[in-house]
Amino acid sequence: MAQAYKTEFDTPEIKEYPLIPHIRKGAMEHSKPFVAKAQHQESLGFPGELVDNWQQVALAKMAELLGKYRSIRVFLDTCVKCGACTDKCHYYLGTADPKNMPAARQDLLRNVYRRYFTLAGKLFPKLVGAVELTEEVLQDWYRYYHQCSECRRCSVYCPFGIDTAELTMAGREILASVGVGQKYSNEIITKVQKIGNNLGLPEPALANTLENLEEEIKDDTGVDVRLPLDEKGAEVLLVTPSADFFAEPHVDGLMGYAKVFHQAGISWTLSSYASEAANFGIFIGNYDNMQKLAQRVRDAALELGVRRIIVGECGHAWRVAYSFWNTLIGPFDFLDPDYPVPQHICEFSYDLIQRNALKFDKTANDHRILTFHDSCNVARASRMGNMPGGQFVIPREIIRASCNHFHDMSPETIHEHTFCCGGGGGLLTDDLVELRVKGALPRMEALQQVVDEFGVTHMAAICAICKSQFSKVFPYYGFDMDMVISVHQLLGDALVLGETH
Amino acid sequence: MSIEVNGNVFETDEEGYLATLSDWSPDIAAAMANEDDCDLGDNHWEVINFLRNYYEEYQIAPAVRVLTKAIGKKLGADKGNSKYLYELFPYGPAKQACKYAGLPKPTGCV
Repeated sequence: MAQAYKTEFDTPEIKEYPLIPHIRKGAMEHSKPFVAKAQHQESLGFPGELVDNWQQVALAKMAELLGKYRSIRVFLDTCVKCGACTDKCHYYLGTADPKNMPAARQDLLRNVYRRYFTLAGKLFPKLVGAVELTEEVLQDWYRYYHQCSECRRCSVYCPFGIDTAELTMAGREILASVGVGQKYSNEIITKVQKIGNNLGLPEPALANTLENLEEEIKDDTGVDVRLPLDEKGAEVLLVTPSADFFAEPHVDGLMGYAKVFHQAGISWTLSSYASEAANFGIFIGNYDNMQKLAQRVRDAALELGVRRIIVGECGHAWRVAYSFWNTLIGPFDFLDPDYPVPQHICEFSYDLIQRNALKFDKTANDHRILTFHDSCNVARASRMGNMPGGQFVIPREIIRASCNHFHDMSPETIHEHTFCCGGGGGLLTDDLVELRVKGALPRMEALQQVVDEFGVTHMAAICAICKSQFSKVFPYYGFDMDMVISVHQLLGDALVLGETH
Repeated sequence: MSIEVNGNVFETDEEGYLATLSDWSPDIAAAMANEDDCDLGDNHWEVINFLRNYYEEYQIAPAVRVLTKAIGKKLGADKGNSKYLYELFPYGPAKQACKYAGLPKPTGCV
């Protein structure tokens, strides 16, 4: 299609074993997402376009962040250039652009910090690598802070635990504050504030969609499984990414959740007001917007009078819910303290499996050989269940309960070492398709290995972004787009409906 | 960006989606398809017309299952799936078909 961005590029080659590429300076210098329109900047509380005194505003914002978040100053002061992170980033491995080495990407901010906020940098800038905040630096921030998916894999290997994601978020917040926010994220946040979800799916369309899905389950299984909307007095409010209503393979996961609720006999509802689990406020590093989006969930839970909140398959949503909801929208003293607050849909299903409350016919998935992709924000920024590593164990146990054939990918690519899908952190947009394809390389290599070795046919995931990203990039690497599947589709396909247990 | 059709110029966004919904005409859809080397046949039009009607009622493009079900009813059960829709619209039914139909691009984790 006619596009204002690069659509012709070489897809990296999957080699016999992964190689760390030689650096190619400026390889991704051309990559940058569309800039947000004035209306989508202003609706989020940012200036509509680049302000005249942008240097002053940027430095004031940096000072504000340094004062507000102790972590930012620690991360900016700490790096000793040991090099442990350099080959850990999927974007570096896929693009070979040296500015995509995490330490180098951080340095874009760090060098400016040194110049204006440290004594050595003020007096002897050249000696300490301090640089002026020029327009070229601002451009580099825009390019390269949109070549980090905030996945935090580099942080796992950093001996100091420097959290690159937080610096990327700070970089993006400064950019938005001077008037150059990113179109994709800001347009979406604006839609959630107006309509309740990333898609802009209004209540009548949502109701129509859910009715369609109820009919589909009835046609497939002969059982009346409901997908209730805005039902007051339900036990559970399910907050799920709106992609679950709209896209494939997500929607089969949503029908899987519905089957589990049905079979467990637990009343539940979706909310048209809080019809989005994902919280893009985290992507742009802006607390106020993150709070506003989260507030919709609290308000809906109170309005509907539910006793529990369960979060669907969505990586960044789970990070925000698990790590930040209590601060953003707590306390949750109106919810049932006997259940985790919030609870992940995988925890919910796993608990039922543990109690033998669900019956499975695993042969329903015998035509599939599975592997599982750990989503970055679930793996490295949260937990499930009450055991360390529960976020790794629980989704796999659900798959094993539903399928006979499961094989993990190589150990350095799963659990806390997992690679980002390549589209997380606000980068799942067509104007970044080259970056997304190249950044997917490490996961594609690991997948190829289990395809070759075990004949894996499907890769399951628990994140809407991962599912959309893989559907898009698989064909570039010679895989079928429908090789990615929701964990709750596997469960839903194997679940024996009708009888109560 | 913009697109010129029959001597008139219509504003689009960076990716070629019409800026103003009411500017749409079948000729614009055909011109957009032409840019992508795509000839719009009757089955393409079934999809485009369904999208436009749905949008008029709901102010949003239909979810993929709503679309495949409707198309399956009109064109036969063997065509009521996203594989067939991808054959018609290789860049993805949600995005390419919406574009030709003059609808805004679906946003979010899709």
